Amino acid sequence: MTAVFAVALGMLCLAALLTLVRLLRGPGTLDRVAALDVLVILIVAATAIYVAIYRDGSNLPLLLAVALVGFVGSATAARLVERWERHR
Amino acid sequence: MSGILDVVSAVLLLAGATSCLLGALGLLRLPDLPARLQAGTKPQTLGVLLILLGTAVRLEFASASTLILVVLFQMLTSPVISQIIGRSAYSTGTLRRDELVVDELAERMREDGDESGPPAGPRPS
Repeated sequence: MTAVFAVALGMLCLAALLTLVRLLRGPGTLDRVAALDVLVILIVAATAIYVAIYRDGSNLPLLLAVALVGFVGSATAARLVERWERHR
Repeated sequence: MSGILDVVSAVLLLAGATSCLLGALGLLRLPDLPARLQAGTKPQTLGVLLILLGTAVRLEFASASTLILVVLFQMLTSPVISQIIGRSAYSTGTLRRDELVVDELAERMREDGDESGPPAGPRPS
């Protein structure tokens, strides 16, 4: 079973790396907002795998909180970009 | 019995991780913003869904309520986020309007009076 967890976490780390490349390279601010949202989703997934590894449901509310903050953050950032970049 | 559950959760976890990886790969390789939004939300939501399902199976559905809540929340917010980002890209010009085949947002924005007054906060210098 540990091999499964190692492979799954490895894949998520690789996905996070690819998202980081998009975050750095993204031409517009909105690409970065989308990349950050994907990063938050990856954090939720990685925490879920951690919960699966150690079978302790103690930090499950953390999953919900991270998902909530990610959503609100991305939505606000996109709205801010819409208002500020229009005047450039 | 626990052998089967382990196999099922292993398969679900691996499928979810693969879906997340493919989404991130799409986010990197696709040419323009709308395509990246597609790659950034759909496979990721599927990935989180599968991973949380695998976790629920592994926890023998002990605390499945929170997991189901996270999955539902994720499935609700992903479309909203890509819609907001897409609309923002459309109005700031990141999205090239001449490439659009169908453009229903133009007149809707005119109807809204194109509320694009100066932003309330301090302008970045």
